[in-house]
Amino acid sequence: MPTFLRTHLTALRMLLAMTVILGLAYPLLVTGISQVAFADKANGSIVKTDGKEIGSSLLGQNYNLPKKDPNNADEQAQPDPKFFQPRFSAGSYDPKASGASNLGPNDEKLTRTIQDRRAAIAAFDGVDPASVPVDAVTASGSGLDPHISVAYAKEQVSRVAKERGLSADTLNHLIDTYTEGRSLGFLGQDGVNVVLLNKAISEQK
Amino acid sequence: MSSTLAGWLQALALVGALALCYRPLGDYIAHLLTSAKHLRAERGLYKLVGVDGDADQRWPVYLRSVLAFSALSILFLYGLIRLQTHLLLSLGVPEMEAHQAWNTAVSFTTNTNWQSYSGESAMGHLVQMAGLAVQNFVSAAVGIAVVAALIRGFTRHRTDRVGNFWVDLTRICLRLLLPLSILFALVLVANGVVQNFHGFHDLATLGGDTQSIPGGPVASQEVIKELGTNGGGFFNANSAHPFENPNGFTNWLEVFLLLVISFSLPRTFGKMVGDHRQGYAIVAVMGLFWVASAALITFSEHQHAGTALQAAGGAMEGKEQRFGIAASSLFAASTTLTSTGAVDSFHDSYSAFGGGLTIFNMMLGEIAPGGTGSGLYGMLILAIVAVFVAGLMVGRTPEYLGKKLGGREMKFASLYILTTPALVLIGTGIAMALPGERAGMLNSGAHGFSEVLYAFTSASNNNGSAFAGITVNTPWYDTALGLCMAFGRFLPMVFVLALAGSLAQQQPVPASAGTLPTHKPLFVGLLSSVVLIVVGLTYFPALALGPIAEGLH
Repeated sequence: MPTFLRTHLTALRMLLAMTVILGLAYPLLVTGISQVAFADKANGSIVKTDGKEIGSSLLGQNYNLPKKDPNNADEQAQPDPKFFQPRFSAGSYDPKASGASNLGPNDEKLTRTIQDRRAAIAAFDGVDPASVPVDAVTASGSGLDPHISVAYAKEQVSRVAKERGLSADTLNHLIDTYTEGRSLGFLGQDGVNVVLLNKAISEQK
Repeated sequence: MSSTLAGWLQALALVGALALCYRPLGDYIAHLLTSAKHLRAERGLYKLVGVDGDADQRWPVYLRSVLAFSALSILFLYGLIRLQTHLLLSLGVPEMEAHQAWNTAVSFTTNTNWQSYSGESAMGHLVQMAGLAVQNFVSAAVGIAVVAALIRGFTRHRTDRVGNFWVDLTRICLRLLLPLSILFALVLVANGVVQNFHGFHDLATLGGDTQSIPGGPVASQEVIKELGTNGGGFFNANSAHPFENPNGFTNWLEVFLLLVISFSLPRTFGKMVGDHRQGYAIVAVMGLFWVASAALITFSEHQHAGTALQAAGGAMEGKEQRFGIAASSLFAASTTLTSTGAVDSFHDSYSAFGGGLTIFNMMLGEIAPGGTGSGLYGMLILAIVAVFVAGLMVGRTPEYLGKKLGGREMKFASLYILTTPALVLIGTGIAMALPGERAGMLNSGAHGFSEVLYAFTSASNNNGSAFAGITVNTPWYDTALGLCMAFGRFLPMVFVLALAGSLAQQQPVPASAGTLPTHKPLFVGLLSSVVLIVVGLTYFPALALGPIAEGLH
């Protein structure tokens, strides 16, 4: 057999062997151990209310009012005042379309969008536009960010309290409960998990 | 704790963890690359594959093995992607077009992991794990194998043998990458990264929507994506996706994993050449650039210059709340200084200088610390140039580690250095000259130019990250960037292996009073300057049109 062909046959056999070891045996082994030791996390950290699955504690969601006309694709979704609102998402919190806006730091459209968001949120929450925090007016990287800053959560307390007839104290307490600090105290940034917070307020009687 | 203090602490913890791994991991890799003993399982594998594990190869044979293995990898992956609709676990994804499948196959084989597709809508689980993740392992191992051959060129004398590619590949995959991957995949799962074989799972949310929760063998792929400096995300949002990177700790761990092998390889180099100080000098240069880059990007992002960022009151567009600015900037610096290209935040929305620095990092040639293996051989080529420059100054034939750097060696080093800039600048130039390709930009003006420049810099340097606003899934971009990735990966390897062969043949010359010591601070300074001058002179005009123009505007 010519050397040229022999080298390629060796390469093919090596590639197939590696595919079996690294491409099949390895992920199967890790899946097997994970499903036994960390089944809940390996399957997406699903949260339930009244035994019904309502989402993943790691993936953010929309909390919008039903559309006035469900067939109108152009109708802008309006935020539901009864819920704590998450950050903006370039993919409307659809896990089949994760990703960011990718608009540049000087983009005119992004600048205008951010100014509009600031005004709309200030009116919605009844606060001074200058006090609306940065995470509230920007879209996240994943489009699935489940967290907001503590400042943005606190800003929404009086609106949610009024809409739900709950006391501000109860809501502030729940915000504290669902604030996830930095890992090990210093890695990353703290934030309030909106999925868990909204689940908790919807369970309040 | 203030966010500034937390930012400093996470960087310090990273430096500490990397420093702790430097000796044991570097020594272990040196052991893998020099030991004459095979494991029983490996002997079985060599028999099955038809390899004589004890026979060393001449450099052309070593090169042929690298190229044959990579060519078959591209073909195999291309076939797997094109046929995936007929295979198990395909999740009903649509068939991928030929140009995109070519781009993806080249991308993963070259350790680039540029993605013109979106993971959650274009890839089934089988292709992800048996196609893409396998290349994450083996392409990383190929890089380390090639640098091993180069180091042997320095350590061996009067021989035409530079090692056995199949043995190097097998040992790195099975004794280095696999055990670390199993361990850290489980750590990731314990923190919330998913690992299952489910498809999308629909449920009704409190807000009255239906949300489709994705599944997949994510953790097993995530870990090797970082450890092998690959960077191809399971999902479109890459390491920003909460299922790939759920919290501040996993984010830190992923940065650690994508740096640890490349930062330990200088130790392997020092150990193999029998002088640890040589390794310290190289790692010092890598460390200098990494620290400077991380500090500058973090600073730029905190300044948040730009009309949109000023309107928002901070640079949080495209960044995750759980990471924040400091952790995102650290990730961005590390991923572009290695050949990783994974992102936990989207560089297109970074401030002009912050985003510009990520481009600059890749333009350095990804050597601080660079991709697994490719970072070290890139840095050693520059070290050769630095020694040569010093030799010119004093009028002596330069030598590095006892090997003379004559005309032949310098030709290979020069060709190496010319390859990537030629691909980047010619590619960008052609794209900008074609109206149809210019239309791929999402942003306008200088920032739009940066998107194109970023794409060609990333592909040619085998990074894989992007100013992701650009639309690159077109036959032209898929083909052109695929060619950049292939030439940017394999041409330099040809020159490195030829250089290795040329060095191995030499009889070493004893050090004399005129020999430039290559382990002292003077050399660290000289090498750093050479890196900056080579890159600065090559790319300054392109950078001036893109990020610098935008930043000064």
